[in-house]
This record gives sequence, C-alpha cells and structure tokens, in this order.
Amino acid sequence: MAADLATVESTRDALAAVGYLADESASLVSYLAAQLGKPVLVEGPAGVGKTELAKALARATERKLVRLQCYEGLDEAKALYEWNYRKQLLRIQTEKGDAAWDEVQGDIFGPEFLLTRPLLQAIAAEEPVVLLIDEIDKTDQEFEAMLLEVLSDFQISIPEMGVVEASSMPLVLLTSNNSRELTEALKRRCLYLWLDYPTVERELEIVHLHTPDLDEHVARRLVEVVHMVRGLDLKKPPSIAESIDWARALMLLGADDIDEAVLKRTMSIIVKHRTDLDVVAERAGVKLTDGLIGRSQTG
Amino acid sequence: MPEPGPPGFPARVIDLADALRKEGMAVGTSELLDAFDALGHVSWTEQRDFKEALAATIAKSQEDRRVFDLVFDRFFFRAVEKEAVERGLIDQRFEGGDRLDMEELRERIREVVRQGSDGEMRDSARLAIAAFGRQGEGSGVIGVDVQRIRRSLDLKGESPNPGREPDPDSVPQDRLREFERHLRRELERGLIERTQSLPPAKPLSEFDRALPSGPLQDLAAVHRTVMLLKRRLATQGHEARGRKKGAVVDVRRTMRASLETGGVPVALRYRPKRPRRPELYVLCDVSTSVTSASVFFLSVLHALHDAFRKLRLFVFVERIAEVTDIFERERSFKEISHAIATEPGVADVSGYTDYGRVWLEFHDQIVDELDPRSTVIILGDARTNGREPQARAFARVSEHAGRTFWLNPEPKLYWNYGDSVMRAYEPFCDGVFECWTTKQLEQFVNALTDPHAVPPAVR
Repeated sequence: MAADLATVESTRDALAAVGYLADESASLVSYLAAQLGKPVLVEGPAGVGKTELAKALARATERKLVRLQCYEGLDEAKALYEWNYRKQLLRIQTEKGDAAWDEVQGDIFGPEFLLTRPLLQAIAAEEPVVLLIDEIDKTDQEFEAMLLEVLSDFQISIPEMGVVEASSMPLVLLTSNNSRELTEALKRRCLYLWLDYPTVERELEIVHLHTPDLDEHVARRLVEVVHMVRGLDLKKPPSIAESIDWARALMLLGADDIDEAVLKRTMSIIVKHRTDLDVVAERAGVKLTDGLIGRSQTG
Repeated sequence: MPEPGPPGFPARVIDLADALRKEGMAVGTSELLDAFDALGHVSWTEQRDFKEALAATIAKSQEDRRVFDLVFDRFFFRAVEKEAVERGLIDQRFEGGDRLDMEELRERIREVVRQGSDGEMRDSARLAIAAFGRQGEGSGVIGVDVQRIRRSLDLKGESPNPGREPDPDSVPQDRLREFERHLRRELERGLIERTQSLPPAKPLSEFDRALPSGPLQDLAAVHRTVMLLKRRLATQGHEARGRKKGAVVDVRRTMRASLETGGVPVALRYRPKRPRRPELYVLCDVSTSVTSASVFFLSVLHALHDAFRKLRLFVFVERIAEVTDIFERERSFKEISHAIATEPGVADVSGYTDYGRVWLEFHDQIVDELDPRSTVIILGDARTNGREPQARAFARVSEHAGRTFWLNPEPKLYWNYGDSVMRAYEPFCDGVFECWTTKQLEQFVNALTDPHAVPPAVR
C-alpha cells in the first residue's frame, strides 16, 4: 500500500515503516518535496543516510528508484540518452541497395536504437518514479547546467525524434558530499536538507531497528563508543552504516559487553585507516579500562 | 488545510528576507516565492515546522543556515519569555541565602551537563547566563565570557591523564564542550538582542583570516583551520585523479574500438591525464621572524603528506637539518613542532638566518638527488641579515629541480626592503607566492598539485 505523504507526521511514519528513521527536518523536507514537486539537495558527511533516504522514499511511496551515479567526466551521453551507433551502422549495412533514405531514416532513428539513460528513463516512465542523482559534486558545471535544463522543464528534446515530456512528476533527490560548491542556479532550484550524524538516542533507535536482538546494554555502549570515536580527530569518522555493521558483528560474536579486548578485536569495523586505528586504540582502549564511559550512565 | 497566520505575516517574512540580505545572504525573489509556497503546506503555529520550511527554501548551505538561525531567532524569539526566566532566578537568589542557591544551581547544571538532553542544556545555559552573565560587566568578547561563566559554575572537564584519580565533580570533556557551545549561542543571542545587530562572523570559519601571530597557544586554532583545508584539498586530489578527457587521442585504442563498428572509428578514445604527485623537498625557515607562518605551513604539509609521493623536509636558520624522520615518526603535530624546535644543529652561534650558507649546504648535500620530477619549496622571508645571498648556488639548485617555489610569509610590499633579498632569488623560481593568509596557502597548494600545469621547459 503506497503511503500518501499528506502530512509531515505521515511522511515520518511512512519512512519509519520501511526502516528509515528520519529526523524532523528530513521528514519535513521530504513532505515539502512531495507536495511542491521541487527537487531536494541533500548534503552531509559520508554515510549518514543520504542515499538511503532516497531508497526509503522509493519504498515508502512504492515507486521505482532510478539512480544516476555521478562521476568526474559524466556527460550527456551517459546521463540522458545515446544512440546505439553500432546497431545503426549494422542496420544500414544490411539495407538493400535501393531503399529510400526516408525509410531507412525512420527506421534507424526509432526507439529500438535509442539507449535511454537514467534521466530519460525517469522522465519517460509511465508511472511516477524517484530519481536519485548521487554525488553530484563529482561532476562539473557543464553537467549541472544540462541538469538544470532538464529539471526545470521536465522534458528532453531529442533532435531526431522530437520532445519527450514527462507524463508524471518524478521525486528528485540530489546528494552531495560537499567537496565543491554547487552552482547557485542549481541550489536555488532545490530544497536544501543537511543530514548530520544523529544523536545518541536516535542512533540507538536505528541500531535497535536493524539488530533488534542485540542486548540493550551492549547497544548503548556501542553507540556511546561510536559517538566518542566521532569526536576524535580521524581521517574518516565512522558512519551510521558502520555502527550497524558493528552491532551485527557483536551480535554474531555473542558479546555481552564492550571491553578493551572486544573493542580491539572489532575496531576495524568502524575505523578504516591505519593511522585512525592507532588513535582510537590509544584513546578508547584507555578510556574503557577506566570504566569512564559506563560511569556516566550509572553514576 | 493549515490555518493561515495573522494578517501582515507575509510582510514579516519579507522583512526576514531583507534582514538576511543585509547579513550578506543571497535571497532571491524565486526563493521567497518557494518559501511562501512551502509555508502554505505547514502549520504556521508550529515553530519548528515553520522554521524548517523557511530554512529549506532559503538557506542553501551550512554557513547560510547558521546565519539564518541567528536572524530567525532575533526576529521571532520571545523576549518576554527570556525575561521571565531571568527574573524568576534573580528573585530566587535573593530569597534564601546566596550561597545555598548558588551551590544548588551549580549542582543542577553539572547534572544536566552530564546527562541532560539538548533542550535541557540550552535552558541551563540561559540560567547560567542569567545568574552569572551580568555580574560585573560582560567583557563583550564572547569567548572570555564563556570561560568566566564556566569558572563561576565550577565546571571542570575530566582529566585526560589516565593515571590520575578522576575528580567526582568533573564532567566528560565532550559534554562540557557541548555546554560551552550552548553558552556561546545564548550569549550571542543576548548580544543580538541588546545591540540589534549580528556579531562579527566567528573567525575560525573564515578562510581568509590572517595566520595566527602568536606561537604555540594558537596551535589549536591552526589545527582546526588545517583540518578544514585538508578536507577541501583531499577531495580536490580525488578530483584530479578522475577521468577528465585529455587532449591527446590515443590512436591505438581508437582503432581497436573501431572494430566494433566495422572499422569506422566512431568513438574516439583519449589518453588519460595522470595527476601530478610531486616529490617535495621543503626548506623551512624556523627563525623567530617566521615562526607562526612556518608552524602553519608545516602543519599543512603534515596533514597532506600522504598526497605526495616523497616528502623530505629540512629546517634551517643558519644551517640546515633534515627532519623528515620526525615527520614520519610523530603522529601528532604538537610533538612534531616541539621536536623541530629542539632539534640541535639548526641554529648556530648567532641565531640569525643566513640564506647563502643554507644554499651552499643544500647544494652540497642534496643536489644530486634532485631530478626533473622534484619540486623544491622554500618557506622564508629572504631576510638574510646582510650576509651574502649566494644567488648562484640557489640558481644551481633550481636548475636541477623540476620546479622551485618560494613562499614568503610577508606581504609583497615588504619584499626587498631592509635585508630582504627576494630580488636575488626571484628570477630562479618558477613561482613566488605570498602566504600570510590561509587562502593564499590554499592557492599555493592548488598550484602545487595541479595536474594540468604545463611542465617546465628543460633548462
């Protein structure tokens, strides 16, 4: 049953029902995006759930998710559409000698020779979709300009075939890792959402959602340790996905507490750089033997 | 259907937009229209939803959001509420004995800092300011006030030293920092109320702030700015490693691809551009005239040293000393700067820089290891205290190296005045940069790692 994003509360509940715990701003912006038909620009540190939000929205509204993964050098051919040159050439070569050009032209510029890429797929789809444009900060300004054109009018003109208009409004999400400034025009077009690392309570809920069988005490210790690690000066702070992985690992190992030994064994699940491992081993290992993390809870 | 607000509310929203524009935020008419559109879908009496809806359509970056929060609070913050809080507390203070209530307040706040939620911390911050903020005159500098209030509250952070017995009155460091952040925000808010204007932007978030002029106390500030710089530069490094189309067609690969299309080269293949990973030889002047700049530069290098294929670091005053192994050994920058400062053999008798001698030594020791792929960077003010500049030795060094850059921490106007001999060295450098602000440093690092730069002609 597709959820109807009619109010902020129902949006939040719909997202929670498919396993994504959104905070107030995320649910509000998703609700506004659905009502106003504007794209959403989601920024935040790596691993906080930006892509996951798009997937959750797709699941909640029972729409297909069309994903365009951006990278440096992405151009129109890979994002919009491309003619299948090879097929067309082969087709021409099999043509009989006296065939009229009009016939051939009508043939080779037909839909079976058109390779539709994500943006065109999203627009030409009969049912409304969720379009996720991931990591848009990896592309360049020319791509953004082209994207802007597509997003403003929701139509694509293919010279040989005519204009393809959107029959339904897709729900568009753009994610960015903040590695460069996006153009003003694109930002102006979108609603802005900043997703940050969650609070201890919220992360505890998320861990519960994904590993309901994990002991309450262990889960709380886990979340507190992860928060402490994020406060350290690391190259790559642990993301939410890594907390969930760690929770699963602890459940598999059957750990009933997080002491120094367990931490040292499983630390590489949340910390992924050699230098970071050293920093965390030093600081966190020491803290745990003193029991200071536990103290703040019970004291 | 959400209920509409009282008449005249749209005008207030437009006033808000004007105030934001005055603070330097770009709020266009289209964004305002979007904002009104969005407001049509949320209830105007729910403050949080109202604020979030406005923020989503008007504030389009983290920095903008910070400004937006401050201005929004100034507009819609209910001063009456705040007054009541303060007045309530002051009455309490004069009722019973002073000391008793103070202690109770302190204990209460300590509990909240340890375990309270975000909202409770904010309320406690307001209480603390109401109680202690007015005693004597606020100094006007928010950082100082925060510390003073913290001391009056007798809040101590837990000692990071593991051996010592933990103080029962202390609170976890990160919670204390969180509380200080709340204190700061509430003080700023109070300041806005009083002066009806925003305080100057926090210096650490500005990128063109001048380098810290004091030595080691500002190390933390340096470190924070370096972290910001590092994040930006690290991702730019990834950009450079990308698949940007080169200008050179790779004929072999094109012909191979053309087999798919019957021998007709339909798709062109290009030769990929390899990013530049330089080998660096850095000479850093550590005499007192350039200490803060060299500290800054060294910390930047340290943060980025994995972006370079090879990094060899020399410090000098009158003679050079290689400190590469200290860089690799020590992880924390504080230890590095300490080790470098106490490195023997750098300062000789007089402690004044002698550039000429430095070139001679460098030339003797290192010049055979330089090749066209190496980049030599010198950080110094070229003030050689009247001694012989030995420009010829420098010329020979720069001949052997692929590129030579000079970073001068003085503004360009001061070059060649007094005992500065930049003029003697400039002709042999591929690039001469000022570096007394972080932005200039960033520009330099971009120039250094730029893969599209034309390689220098072989001399």
